[in-house]
This record gives sequence, structure tokens and C-alpha cells, in this order.
Amino acid sequence: MRRYGSWGRYPAATPATVVPLQWRSDTPAFAQLRGLLLPYAYGRSYGDSCLNDGGVILDVRGLDRLIDFDADSGLLRCEAGVTLAEILALIVPRGWFLPVVPGTRWVSVGGAIANDIHGKNHHRAGTFGAHVTRLELLRSDGARILCTPGDEIFRATVGGLGLTGVILWAEIRLKRIPGAGISMERIRFSALAGFLELTAEDHQFEYTVAWVDCLARGRRLGRGIYMRGDHAPLDATTPSPLEPPRLSIPLDAPAGLLNAVTLGLFNEAYYRAQLRVRRRLTLPYTPFFFPLDVVGDWGRLYGPKGFVQYQCVVPDTPGGAPIRTIFERISRSGEPASLAVLKRFGGLRSPGLLSFPREGMTLAVDFPFRGPATMTLLDDLDAVVRETGGAVYPAKDARMSPGSFQAFFPELDRFTAQRDPKFSSSFWRRVHAS
Amino acid sequence: MQAESSCRVLVVGATSAIAAETARAYAATGARLFLTGRNPQRLEAVATDLRVRGARSVETAVLDVTDRARCSAVVEAAWKAFGGLDVALLAHGVLPDQTRCQASVEAAVEALDVNFVSTVALLTPLAQRFESARGGCLAVIGSVAGDRGRQSNYVYGAAKGGLERFLEGLRNRLFHAGVAVVTLKPGFVDTPMTSGLKQGPLFATAGRAGRAIHGAIERRRDVAYIPWFWRPIMTVIRALPEVVFKRLRL
Repeated sequence: MRRYGSWGRYPAATPATVVPLQWRSDTPAFAQLRGLLLPYAYGRSYGDSCLNDGGVILDVRGLDRLIDFDADSGLLRCEAGVTLAEILALIVPRGWFLPVVPGTRWVSVGGAIANDIHGKNHHRAGTFGAHVTRLELLRSDGARILCTPGDEIFRATVGGLGLTGVILWAEIRLKRIPGAGISMERIRFSALAGFLELTAEDHQFEYTVAWVDCLARGRRLGRGIYMRGDHAPLDATTPSPLEPPRLSIPLDAPAGLLNAVTLGLFNEAYYRAQLRVRRRLTLPYTPFFFPLDVVGDWGRLYGPKGFVQYQCVVPDTPGGAPIRTIFERISRSGEPASLAVLKRFGGLRSPGLLSFPREGMTLAVDFPFRGPATMTLLDDLDAVVRETGGAVYPAKDARMSPGSFQAFFPELDRFTAQRDPKFSSSFWRRVHAS
Repeated sequence: MQAESSCRVLVVGATSAIAAETARAYAATGARLFLTGRNPQRLEAVATDLRVRGARSVETAVLDVTDRARCSAVVEAAWKAFGGLDVALLAHGVLPDQTRCQASVEAAVEALDVNFVSTVALLTPLAQRFESARGGCLAVIGSVAGDRGRQSNYVYGAAKGGLERFLEGLRNRLFHAGVAVVTLKPGFVDTPMTSGLKQGPLFATAGRAGRAIHGAIERRRDVAYIPWFWRPIMTVIRALPEVVFKRLRL
């Protein structure tokens, strides 16, 4: 049987039953299924929000059909198991692009909605869910609900972690692009203050993001490389976006391969690799958005215990005190941290009741899972995030406490009222201790 | 051969995962497709997908291949829809429950009917038309299971093995009319049909199988294993002497 795990490979979970969904016209015999249900596609969530230990997995990968694409208006309708990679392969040659893309294109449309994902253009476009014009939801009582923006059930389903029913199909508003390229600029900054200066110019660019060395301390705290870009024509032929990964990690690496020393060397090398302070280049959209997609199963580099990714958002105050505190706590803890991704979220309101993105600074960082040491640091970070009024991203989480979850998501009660009573996940049971 | 963009393709059993993936490879080249399947809603979902993916036109007809009279009528309808056909892909089939087939004459006969007899019922009128047109390609999905009879799956294997002999003869006959006959032999493919089987490293995705089938048809291969690595595997399995083979638990 397939592995129904999560991208971080932590925690381990096994569903009791797997039900493949193949046809949007069919209604599975939900009444005969014993156990709580959760839709699952490609398992790109990092923590336990895509896990359903002991429950029923509804595998929606068979719902992979396109339904309609209007090349004039840019409205695309497709089933929930279609990957963003498939969509890009179809629409980019025709001059269209997805309104929002995450750091990997191997996610499903259903997952993109259920996690209300964001990308490097959050400051301009908001979240993925803001561009969904309608979707069909199948509930465990067999009801099919056509949801449109503004409906309470729509607002619960966007960012709803798959807990309001199965999304069967969705309609997305695409955006026009001049070509398959990205003209970008990479700018090295030697400390957090440099980033804060650069990010003040975000509004001039469609895409902005920074990679930060979380192990740097003292006056080098928060150093990294800032990237900004816009869509551009591309003369050379782009490699097919559906090309399989060129390199794949076939086995779990030995435990401890990625430790404070190796990650420190890697971070240093990454920072030093760019000799000039500024570099301009035009490249195909795939390496710009999906640099890690060329390595299949890269999570295995973290060894058999896996890793946890921590992503939070904290308020964007002048001088960046909250994000500075986060960096300080990470570097002081001595926990090995890989390159981290730092971005300023814009002020556009996310449509989902449980959507994570909100105005502020967001940081995502991977930690090899080392048991209590890792947990202590992350609890410490949670406390900082709570104090500042920020939030932690459920799609990346494997350990936040019920109290933190409630503090981060003030609309939780409104969401709970819309949840399908037969749907649940390992994440939900963990954070919703009733 | 016609330009790719005007390729006219009949797909029988188009709602099967492998057939739908092969049809996607054709749709991407702008082909015209005529699809059949048992369930009208599913058939329409596949047809719509292919239209969005670039097929120049897609027609459908509901067909249960065990309905003999309707088989000939649908072949005629497909032929008329595009003024002839360049490729006919027969991809229908069911994986029967071997234990049930051993217990019930009805189940065994039904498995042979769907997987073998019905294919003959479709190939007979198709062969006549392709032979008169003196061109085109008949492609049929067999199985590695047809290469050797195994205790766990020999009713299905017999149907697919019988099909292989039929296609061999048909290829010999139609070669002289310039018509290609392609026998496609998939191994384990990860589809709803095989969802009850334990998955192993030899399983290919339906997408990979579909692209490999499209390639084999376009290159007019006589016999193609899907994916290719089943050829050496089956060469070894076929070479085992019966005196050894009968003792194995396969």
C-alpha cells in the first residue's frame, strides 16, 4: 500500500482504511465507512494536518481532470486532485499563470484551497483562496454544496484543512503573463536591517522573498539573500514543467547528517556563493518558484526521524522587533536550522476563517527532528508569536498546543460550526481537545 | 500517415485510467477522439478533460462491450464521425476474481467474454474497415498475465493470452494491407483495477503507462511491454520449463 505520510515524515501515522475517489459524479458510500474521514492527495503538508491516524483517507488523486479553460477570460475549472504542475504546463504556453503559487508545484488544487496557500506575491495578490470563484463540496451526508465567496461554508472551506468535506472541483481566476520567464534580482544583505530596508520596496515587484541564514549571530543576525522578480518573456525554450525530478533521494539519510556543523557550512556557502551584492538575471519560472522540485523526496536528507518546519507570522513593526526576537531565539538555541525563508505579508485579508496569512513578517525554517530539544525551542517560539499577536501555520505544524491554536485563530468557533462532523485529522484531534 | 494534428482515434474503454492517459497524450497533439465507456457521466468527465487538453474534437458513445450488436454499430458511428479512423485502441477489460472464476462457470465465462470475446467482436468489423482503407493502426491492451498461466490469475491470463494469438494472426493478415497491429502488454499499473493488489516497486503510474502506449502506437511496434522493463522479466518467466513452473506458487 501507498504511504499516506506527510512531507516532514514526522509524526508517523497510518490510516485504517483508504478509499480512492475517482469520479466527481460518484458519491462514496460514506454511511458504510467506519471512522473519521480526511481527503488526501500528494501529502505535501509538513506536519499532521494531512494525516488521519486510524481513520479513513479519501485519496483524491484520481480526481485529476480538467473541466473548462476559457483562454479569453482566464477562468479555469478542474477537479481537486489536479496538481499545480499540470495546470502550469497547460496554461503558461497560452500566456496565463496561476494567481498564487507555493514553493512546490506538486500540490493539488484541493490542498491549495484547504490550506489557503500563499506565495512570493502575497503582498500583491493575497492567498490562493482569494482567487477561487467557486467550488463544489461533497459532505459526508452525501450533500453537494456549490460554494461561492462570501458564503460561510466557502469561508470555512478555504483554509479549512479538509475538515468541511471533500472539495470535488474548483474554479480559479488566472492572470495574464508576458511569457514563461522571470526577470529577477538577487541582493545580498548582511543583517536583518538590510532586509527591512529592501522589503520596504516590495510593492514595486510582483514577487519578493528572502533566504536567511538562521545560524548567523550577533551583528550578522538575519543576513541573507533577497530576491525579487516579475514575469517576463523568455526566448530560450523552457524545460517542460512536468519533467520528473532530475535527482531523487532514494533512501533515508543517516540520522544526524544535517547537523549544526553541516548546516552552518551550507548556510555560509550559500550566502558567500553570491560574490556581488546585486545580481540581475532572467530565468524560466520553474527554478524561480520551485528550486527544490528538482530533488525528489528531499525530506529524506533529514534522516529517518524526519524534520519539522516551523512557519510563523508576527507583526511588522518599525525596526522589526518581533521577527528579530524570533531570529535571536533560534540562533541562541543552537538547534541546527537550515536556510530559512523570510517574507513580508501584505495587508490583503485572507478569505478563510482559518487562513494563516495576515499582515506581518513570516518566517519558515526547517529543523531536523531531535526530540525534546526541538520541541522546547518551538514552544518558546510559539510563546513569542502569541505575545505579539501572530500565528503559526497549521500546514507546517506537528506540535502546537490547543491553547496556541485557539489564540492564533480567533474565528475558530465560526469554523467549527461549519466543519463536517465525520471529517477529522490527526492535527484536528491534537489541537481541538474538546 | 496523416499529420498528427488530424489523427483520428477511437478509444474503447476510455474511462479506464490507462486509456484516459493514452487519450491525453493524443489530445496534447490536437487529435480527434471518439470515446466509448459504460458510464455516461464518467465518459463525459473524460471527454471534457481531453477537450481542455487540446483535442480538436471529442465524440462519445456509451457502450457495454458485451452487447455484440451495439459493438458493430459503435464502430460504424466512430468511423463515420471523422470520415475514417487512423488508430483504434481497445482498452476495455476487467480483472476478474480468480477464486470466484474457479467456483462459478458463469464468472469464468463472463471474464473471458469481456476480456477476449468482446475484443474479437470489435476487431472483426474494425479490421474489415482498416483493411479496405489500407492504413492505420489497431492497438489492443493485453497483459503480461497473458504470457504465462499462473494459478492466481489464469482465467484473465487465458483471455489475454488468447488475445495475443488472435492479434498475431491479425497482424500477419493486415501487414499486407499496410495496417499495423500493436499488442500492448502492461505489467502492474497503479489504477482502480489494481487497487486491491499489494503495491510494489514494479508498479508504474497510469500516466507513464499512457505515454508509453502512445509512443508504442506511434512507432507502430508489434508487441510492446509497458513499461519496457517487463520484456526482460517476462523473457525469464516464459523461459522457465513447465516442469519447474508448475511447482511454483505464483
